[in-house]
Amino acid sequence: MDTPVKIDIKDLNLFIGKNHILKDINVTIPEKKITVLLGQSGCGKTTLLKSMNRLIDLNNQVRVSGSITIDNEDILHTRKDITKIRKKMGLLSQRPYPLPMNIYNNIAFGLRISGRKNRINLDKRVERYLRQAHLWDEAKDRLRDSASSLSIGQQQRLCLARGLAVDPVIILADEPTSALDPISSMAIEQMFTELKQSYTIVLVTHILQQALRVADYVIFMYLGEVIEQGPAHEVFTNPKNVVTRQFIQGNFS
Amino acid sequence: MGFFQTKRNLRNNIHHGWMLICLVLVILMPLIIGLGLYYKSYPILSTHSLAELLFSSSWHPQSNKFGLLPFILSSLWVTLISLIISAPICLLTAIHLTQYARKWVLRLMHPVIDILAGIPSVIFGVWGILIIVPFVSNVVGPLFNKHLSGFSILSGSLVLSVMIIPFILNILIEVFRSLPTELTEAALSVGASKWQTVKYVLVKKAFPGIISAFGLGLSRAFGETIAVLMVVGNVTRIPTGVFQPGYPLPALIANNYGEMMSIPQYDSILMFSALVLFVIVTLFNLASRIAIVQVEKHH
Ligand SMILES: Nc1ncnc2c1ncn2[C@@H]1O[C@H](COP(=O)(O)OP(=O)(O)OP(=O)(O)O)[C@@H](O)[C@H]1O
Ligand SMILES: [Mg+2]
Repeated sequence: MDTPVKIDIKDLNLFIGKNHILKDINVTIPEKKITVLLGQSGCGKTTLLKSMNRLIDLNNQVRVSGSITIDNEDILHTRKDITKIRKKMGLLSQRPYPLPMNIYNNIAFGLRISGRKNRINLDKRVERYLRQAHLWDEAKDRLRDSASSLSIGQQQRLCLARGLAVDPVIILADEPTSALDPISSMAIEQMFTELKQSYTIVLVTHILQQALRVADYVIFMYLGEVIEQGPAHEVFTNPKNVVTRQFIQGNFS
Repeated sequence: MGFFQTKRNLRNNIHHGWMLICLVLVILMPLIIGLGLYYKSYPILSTHSLAELLFSSSWHPQSNKFGLLPFILSSLWVTLISLIISAPICLLTAIHLTQYARKWVLRLMHPVIDILAGIPSVIFGVWGILIIVPFVSNVVGPLFNKHLSGFSILSGSLVLSVMIIPFILNILIEVFRSLPTELTEAALSVGASKWQTVKYVLVKKAFPGIISAFGLGLSRAFGETIAVLMVVGNVTRIPTGVFQPGYPLPALIANNYGEMMSIPQYDSILMFSALVLFVIVTLFNLASRIAIVQVEKHH
């Protein structure tokens, strides 16, 4: 690969109880590109994503082996504070889950708990990230309103802004458009193509068209294994694996 | 053919009718009870003013003085203190069980809570007399340099708090379990620690549920009779401290109904006490529901 590697996953195996969920995963995710994770439902895309910011820790039945290296640090086995690792990554989930507070505080929350309490500074940052998520114009007059008063599409943009606010270098997005209407979905996609100037983006989707539109690099999963990976144009035009080929053709016919 | 058709329709209609009657009956039940109590307390209400009955502290049935204030205040004391004791215990336990403990701990706790909830209140009363009353008398008393019999508001509250813990805890566990994992994930992913997540996000999101759990616990506690009656002392006086005995409303009714009925209007004042109890418990219930609605609107 010609671009530098941001996330390097080696021999990752993950069990939930007795179930072998991720099998010998070896992938590299390039810096400041959009890497799309594709695969049918239940193949382990979400689990792989959650391994990267250690949200798998929430489930105490999970056992992992292997390594996930980000900036020369194995985040699976680090002794460092894991909240620091998590702050490197903004998370966008399938449906928006705004925090139970007002719009302003949804963004200020992450800043405050990491010690940035200066009011003027907070105001500035809240504005900056709302602008970056294209929500400022719609939200600037109602920053004190509850975040749940926003529409679903707006909430998802708020969640993006919330993630950006803690200065991540990576954005992990798990089917972020699946609850949104086509226009809001396009807005999010558009934003991702802007954001990749400064962030490494990992996007889970099972909408092939979306993958075609935004992917620079593709990872294809099947039943817990990575069966194909590579630059998007190569994988899409000339898939080597039978299942990948079927998936891509099946989506076109 | 036609005959069977009609018969089936008829049967359907009858079933439907019965269901409707049962439904209406259940809906009307509170109203019927309330009206019955009102009807029975009418004699006392026609000779004494409401204010006198509720806010006078002089209770001398022989001389026709029926001030319920000592009983109402005793009830409030016992109930509020039992909630103050049990609320933090329940909240912390529910948070621990749902957020920190392993799954099997919660699975183990469920039957334990159910067992606790199923213990008849008279057993709590006996336990109170055997353990709590001596504890208050021998341990708590000396601590404050006081000679206490142990039969007191405090004993009543302690027994009551143990009784309402399983009730409140069950609701709280459900409340915390129903919070979406994604919310926890969202908070963690912006760098919150587990405890910050619990404190600033989960408790806030669960707030309506927490309010309703406490409100329902409160109304449960307010009406509890036997166990409290056995340890609270039953002295007719406005309590001014937790070490003093009290005489809650339900105890008044349970102790005296069927006795001393020769005193004029005694029957009626007891019915009126029951009505007061009924109204207060209903108000607690309503208030906790309104609180939920308000808070949910806010979020
Ligand atoms: N908490 C859990 N306990 C047990 N099994 C789980 C748990 N979470 C996920 N799994 C299993 O792990 C496998 C992968 O799940 P995962 O959610 O990662 O799939 P996915 O590719 O994201 O699917 P989808 O496209 O439907 O979101 C599935 O077989 C699922 O049943
Ligand atoms: Mg998924």
